[in-house]
Amino acid sequence: MLLSQIPTTGFFFLAPWIVFFPVIGLLLNMLIGGRLSEKGVGWLASGASFASFVVSVLLAYSVWTGQGHGESVYLSEWMHVGALQLDWTFRVDSLSTTMMLVVSGVGTLIHIYAIGYMHEDVRFKNDPGRYRRFFVFLNLFIAAMMILVSGDSYMMLFVGWEGVGLCSFLLIGFWYDKDTLGRSSWANSDAAKKAFITNRIGDFGFLIAGFLMFWNLGSFQFDQVFEAAPALAATQPGIIIAITLFMLVGVAGKSAQIPLYVWLPDAMAGPTPVSALIHAATMVTAGVYLITRSAPLYTLVPEAQFVVAMTGAVTALFAATIAVGQYDIKKVLAYSTISQLGFMVAAVGMGAYVAGMFHLVTHAFFKALLFLSAGSVILGLERGHHHLAHHGHHDDHGEVFDPNDMRNMGGMRKTMPVTFWLYMIGTLALAGIFPFAGFWSKDEILADAFREGYTTVYWMLSIAAFFTAFYMGRQIWMVFFGQARHEAAAHAEESPRIITVPLMVLAALSVLGGALNLPGLHTLTDWLEHTIEVHAGEFLISVALISTVLALAGVFVSWLIYGRNPLKAGQPDPLKRPLGLLFTGMENKWFVDEGYWAVFVDRYVDLSRFLADVIDWRFWHDWFHEKVIAGTYNWVSNIGLNLYADQRGIDALANGLGTLTQNLSASMRKVQNGFVRSYALSVLLGVVLILGYLLLK
Amino acid sequence: MEFLLQPLTLVTFFPLLGVLVLLILPGENKSLMRWTALVTSLVTFGISLWVLGMFNPSNPNLQLVAKYSWIQVAGWNIQYHMGVDGLSILLLLLTTFLTPISILSTWTAVEERVRDFMVFFLLLEVGMTGVFLAQDLFLFYIFWEFTLVPMYFLIGIWGGPRRIYAAIKFFLYTMAGSILMLLAILWLGIEGGTFSVPELIAAGGIPADIQFWLFLAFTAAFAIKVPMWPLHSWLPDAHVEAPTAGSVILAGVLLKMGTYGFLRFNIPLFPQAALQLAPWVALFATIGILYGAAVSYAQADVKKLVAYSSVSHLGFVMLGMFALNSQGMQGAILQMVNHGLSTGALFLLVGMIYEQTHTREIKVYGGLWKITPIFGSVMLIVALSSMGLPGLNGFVGEFTILLGAWGAGMPGGAFESFGGVWWAGLSALGVIMAAIYILFMFQRMFLGPEGSIVGETRQHGHGLRDLNWREILTILPLLIFIFWIGLYPKPFFDLMGPTVDNLVAALQTAKLAMP
Repeated sequence: MLLSQIPTTGFFFLAPWIVFFPVIGLLLNMLIGGRLSEKGVGWLASGASFASFVVSVLLAYSVWTGQGHGESVYLSEWMHVGALQLDWTFRVDSLSTTMMLVVSGVGTLIHIYAIGYMHEDVRFKNDPGRYRRFFVFLNLFIAAMMILVSGDSYMMLFVGWEGVGLCSFLLIGFWYDKDTLGRSSWANSDAAKKAFITNRIGDFGFLIAGFLMFWNLGSFQFDQVFEAAPALAATQPGIIIAITLFMLVGVAGKSAQIPLYVWLPDAMAGPTPVSALIHAATMVTAGVYLITRSAPLYTLVPEAQFVVAMTGAVTALFAATIAVGQYDIKKVLAYSTISQLGFMVAAVGMGAYVAGMFHLVTHAFFKALLFLSAGSVILGLERGHHHLAHHGHHDDHGEVFDPNDMRNMGGMRKTMPVTFWLYMIGTLALAGIFPFAGFWSKDEILADAFREGYTTVYWMLSIAAFFTAFYMGRQIWMVFFGQARHEAAAHAEESPRIITVPLMVLAALSVLGGALNLPGLHTLTDWLEHTIEVHAGEFLISVALISTVLALAGVFVSWLIYGRNPLKAGQPDPLKRPLGLLFTGMENKWFVDEGYWAVFVDRYVDLSRFLADVIDWRFWHDWFHEKVIAGTYNWVSNIGLNLYADQRGIDALANGLGTLTQNLSASMRKVQNGFVRSYALSVLLGVVLILGYLLLK
Repeated sequence: MEFLLQPLTLVTFFPLLGVLVLLILPGENKSLMRWTALVTSLVTFGISLWVLGMFNPSNPNLQLVAKYSWIQVAGWNIQYHMGVDGLSILLLLLTTFLTPISILSTWTAVEERVRDFMVFFLLLEVGMTGVFLAQDLFLFYIFWEFTLVPMYFLIGIWGGPRRIYAAIKFFLYTMAGSILMLLAILWLGIEGGTFSVPELIAAGGIPADIQFWLFLAFTAAFAIKVPMWPLHSWLPDAHVEAPTAGSVILAGVLLKMGTYGFLRFNIPLFPQAALQLAPWVALFATIGILYGAAVSYAQADVKKLVAYSSVSHLGFVMLGMFALNSQGMQGAILQMVNHGLSTGALFLLVGMIYEQTHTREIKVYGGLWKITPIFGSVMLIVALSSMGLPGLNGFVGEFTILLGAWGAGMPGGAFESFGGVWWAGLSALGVIMAAIYILFMFQRMFLGPEGSIVGETRQHGHGLRDLNWREILTILPLLIFIFWIGLYPKPFFDLMGPTVDNLVAALQTAKLAMP
């Protein structure tokens, strides 16, 4: 499967355009966007993203017609220093084109959706001027993500890797002067900063993995690394383990795994299209892509694979429990995303790369659908709230209305029927109900876990799947069924077609996405086989039955608790009493943030203050330099000059210099009390002595 | 006449022509003085581009050499010896590039004694350029000490409230280090029979134990200038008190004189001492990286924050340089340029807002991005460059440095004897810590709700304004290089590559000669 260096056939030469198009889009919007209408700005950005999608299709087609043979497309030199040879080279193969299609395909749909969404969002937040900025950032994200998935070396991948991190920062902090309720606050910008710094911790791991790789395997280029790895694994497996585990730190940062997942729930501060595109469908799956890409390394070291699989499984289960206790419609989906990413990471950790990628693709469809539908719900509530305010029904003035809070919803299947059905499709796909997309992909992961003998992983993921069905059921009952618990919900209005039509496309994909890799057909397996080593997953009827039963049980239990007796306004969660402290833990995210703050963040702040104020300033700057050095010097020079030196000669010189200095700057003397004079004098004396000695020697 | 028309002589001393014009200009026409200085520095930049045009990157040796016998007393052989090679060409260009930018930044910031200011500024340029081009130790020392004088007055006259204190501290601190260097220079010149650096390197043969002491003597001067931890105490004072243009030049060029000194003198003249002491330099560099980053984060004054970040960034330069391999050293040279660009730009931007608000306290700011969108966007790019975002210049430098430093920790590398890959590993933590202080600064000043200063300026009638055309013109050249070096550093690496390879090879030879 060696890639030939010079593209000869097909559309491979177009590869750089997957990045150029969005870059052109954002530059145009920066330069002339101010003169365009909102629609113009939005469609320009969407067009740029769509052009990138078209190129991705052409590239995938070229790989397909070439019987799966990929190409490396060289654009230009980047860093050549000694043995370090990094170029801007695009890698087009079945794995990277799969990612390109997902990123630009889902990306374009979300661009279009955002034309409608942001139009309303900037008006609810009274700042229409920020509309254009959103699409500039969104195009920048597509460009960075394309670099990530198409780079031919770990370092070009890293450019995209940090680039998407930057976009994430910019978009989480899009409403940087507010909190999620639109009040003036530091909250959103804090969330943005937290995401960037947490990701940087992961990037530190990535860099260390890179250094180890370069000095032990001699390159950053994928093929060269993979070629050199087996020999090293035979002699020093510890180094490959170190590389893969440091890489896992990077994965934990970007793909929100334990222990670095904490930024993702806060990232929901970004506008909903951002949550869908970056924090559900594409960017957060970069870690899964990285491990899949690095399959030849991970397969060499089962120890590291085990760690990866356990990280994923524990994250999947842990995050699912938190999702149960959340009230914010987007937070539920955020923890669900962490949990589902755990499924994928567990899959690629077990070596089930196709299953992981399969779930990555279907998850991109249904989670984007869920987030965007949630966005539609939120806008519907905002419209209802706005409507009330305009008609004077607004009787709760001082209270801030939270359109994300599911406790303010209820009965919305009647007010927003289209959104309701779309949400249902997403939910069924996520819960893994036959025959929706999630059923097939999740099942393949579970079947692989079962067959590969990862029993612990299998059971943890199965329990997580039960929780998934349960918290999604809880959400559906709370949002769409029962009675409206807030006036705004009763007056919610359905979203316009610019918002619902992209959702319908995603819904269709969520229904049919399973067809990508149906048991017996293995379309995706055959496709990816050209790039990575795969084994065709077998369909295990027992596994499928167990997971279906668990999913149905989850939905049923959620109906018992939330569906049969709908929540009333002001009523606490019915699980609160029976579960007691357990539920408090779930509600409060198991206090992980508080723990991190107490153990790491506050300590770092203390340390840096201590170093800055006590060590650097009071001790080093003031005491040591002012008191000890300057003070001692003054003291010595006074005594020395007075007692031992020839009074007349030195005095004359000193006085002369003193007068000179005095004339030059009177204030200087005030500050330093003659200290400078004696210092300068002795410097001069020293030089004269040394020179004299050397001359006469 | 032939002497004056040497390209390197011309590029060094051309600003003196501007000084002359400024001194004889009658009247108090400030604008004319500013234009005189600006045009002079732009012509100097033009001359340096001419030098670049004549420079052959594939030749590792000194080029465009000007060499004249100068002082021949008591057996001393002091020459006027100038030359440029891969180690200095970029720093020459950085100097001539940053000077007009700094002058442009003073357009409305400096209103008092404009003539004097411009005279000192152009004199400073002469000194800095001379430092990077002098190939005779004595000549170098003269330029080196000469830079202190104009800088002393720039801080002392146009600085902040504690300017006298800061200026004196700057002067004495640097002076103190230079004394030991002077001693070493005299020893070398008298023992070697010449002060010419290439001749001394070619002669070689300095015993290892003497190399050790000479290395330390030069280090005393250079480590203070860099400044390496823990000799950085003069830097925050100097930066906080210096006028904007002074800070830009101080951070952008003057600190590089220290790192350049290590590269030009310590390593080639005393290769065995360099090999022996490399891990110890790495120790101090690593502490500097982490300490500078941590201390930066706790600053309330934005200029101080940037000042301490220099301690961290220059730690990277030292770490890479003493990795003594091509990645580390080329990364170090590039990072000198990068730091000049990004920290220079940071000081410019801080100066631009200070000019309007007269405060540098971070906590009074907030929400500026909304009020001054261009300013905020430019600051974001510069901040990201400073924290090493891939695709921008800072990353290329830091990455190659860390890669080189890691390699130096491998068997056969410079750090093998002590610390090994730990220096690179620990220093890489600086990547996280840089994100912490830079993002803190950006968030507290540009994001979040409007800070108190916004309301205050509005009460005074005008409110904060965004960058004007002159300011955009000042900062734009820096932005272009920030992207250029980040995306396509090849032309920059090509300029230094052959010279550095030569140096690395010389170090290999020296290593073989070691017991």
